[in-house]
Amino acid sequence: MTEPLLRVENLTKYYGSRLGCADVNFELWPGEVLAIVGESGSGKTTLLNSLSATLEPSSGRTLYRMRDEQWRNIYELSEAERRFLVRTDWGFVHQNPADGLRMTVSAGANVGERLMAVGDRHYGHIRETALDWLGRVEIAADRIDDQPRSFSGGMRQRLQIARNLVTGPRLVFMDEPTGGLDVSVQARLLDLLRGLVGELGLAAIVVTHDLAVARLLSHRMMVMKDGRVIEAGLTDRVLDDPREPYTQLLVSSILQV
Amino acid sequence: MNAVAQYNFAYLDEQTKRMIRRAILKAIAIPGYQVPFSSREMPMPYGWGTGGVQVTASIIGPQDVLKVIDQGADDTTNAVSIRAFFAKVAQVETTTHTAEATIIQTRHRIPEKALGQGQILVYQVPIPEPLRFLEPRETETRKMHALEEYGLMHVKLYEDIARHGRIATTYAYPVKVEGRYVMDPSPTPKFDNPKMHMSEALQLFGAGREHRIYAVPPHTEVVSLDFEDHPFEIQHFEEPCALCGASQVYLDEVILDDRGGHMYVCSDTDNCEERRAAGHVGALGADPMEAAE
Repeated sequence: MTEPLLRVENLTKYYGSRLGCADVNFELWPGEVLAIVGESGSGKTTLLNSLSATLEPSSGRTLYRMRDEQWRNIYELSEAERRFLVRTDWGFVHQNPADGLRMTVSAGANVGERLMAVGDRHYGHIRETALDWLGRVEIAADRIDDQPRSFSGGMRQRLQIARNLVTGPRLVFMDEPTGGLDVSVQARLLDLLRGLVGELGLAAIVVTHDLAVARLLSHRMMVMKDGRVIEAGLTDRVLDDPREPYTQLLVSSILQV
Repeated sequence: MNAVAQYNFAYLDEQTKRMIRRAILKAIAIPGYQVPFSSREMPMPYGWGTGGVQVTASIIGPQDVLKVIDQGADDTTNAVSIRAFFAKVAQVETTTHTAEATIIQTRHRIPEKALGQGQILVYQVPIPEPLRFLEPRETETRKMHALEEYGLMHVKLYEDIARHGRIATTYAYPVKVEGRYVMDPSPTPKFDNPKMHMSEALQLFGAGREHRIYAVPPHTEVVSLDFEDHPFEIQHFEEPCALCGASQVYLDEVILDDRGGHMYVCSDTDNCEERRAAGHVGALGADPMEAAE
């Protein structure tokens, strides 16, 4: 592990004159999970969307080390290259699974779509891979031909994860992956995610307002407020010994049961 | 003559024909690519072949011989009306014989008789976008065509196999043209897909409501999409045509009574008539009265 995977330099996004996020700098290493926390409106999602090339930032660069070891600024990739990168080497797990899934095709086809997009034309192989991945995200094999519409929220979220991981991406973006799930389902999903991330050596950037999610999943975290990163460091350090007053407030406002 | 003098030749005005011809030329230059054009109101409803009629009107000349088929038949309402339309507004000769026609406007079939050089097949297309029901956003499907992202088309075929054990799409079966664009061959049965491949005739597709024209020039590669372990297959029929005894042709099932009686007959009526004229007789072909009982 000699080089980072992603290098973000002075990333700034304005919506007209309104600030989305400003002057974000960080590096992400292979296999590392970074959490971005902060309250609503602090610029977390803007930052995530800019990093994942969903939004074009107003200034700054995001450099990504491609599979051929070339560093490329993702905003200067051609659209074809960017879309290929997004559906092979990256994954994006949306908060609402309906945004990331095709709700009207079966679970198997949802998982297989990325394989077919990169040219797999063998039905038996696609189906076998889909079955394998459904198993890994704990979805029963006999649900493979069911549409995600008939799935519970937790199952949909797990299906979305399988769909993203099937091409063996190196970097996964997650936007509130446990939002909207009840706590026991959240716990199970977190457990699964932690297992997969460790097993596959994935790098991940997780946006969340839930500090418990950050604590469980991430190695490092960044705290955002008003579009700026106000504190960054190892997750345990930031949560146990917050330095900024705002972070202290955030940590102390966690409900204790 | 006065009655038709109020129309321009072939109904459309010359500027409109020029515009459509430009779209056709572009379509021929980029096989399988959907070219937008400014579709006109035609004196018939959408779904009756307004796209095909506009294409035909733009390419037809006084020397042309026109044949119009609807589901293979020359004698159904749609075919008869469009033939009559052009007989009136372009005073062209019309025919039902495939070999005699220079332009064949078709709804959902390709004639059984192989088409030759100099013939033009004009398809009436309801929905030109093969990805429409998989990806409803037109902006997105255009991007997918531009970037050659056709994985989604296979998702549909995957769904077919997962649900039915085989590729159950029987018409509008997607094809890849000249190794580049994925194209909807209009709702022709997949039986006809192999006829599009390396055809000697020019094939033009007009979608009036959707304002799109696309084309397959002669001698162009047209490949039906499939999986390695589920290859493309055309329909096979158990029995030959009951009237002319033809096998290896596309057949329609005709219900004869309310006790399960039925017969299979050629969908291509011209092909069937010619075969019977040449002396071929099917199981029920000898005596039509007997067949009806």
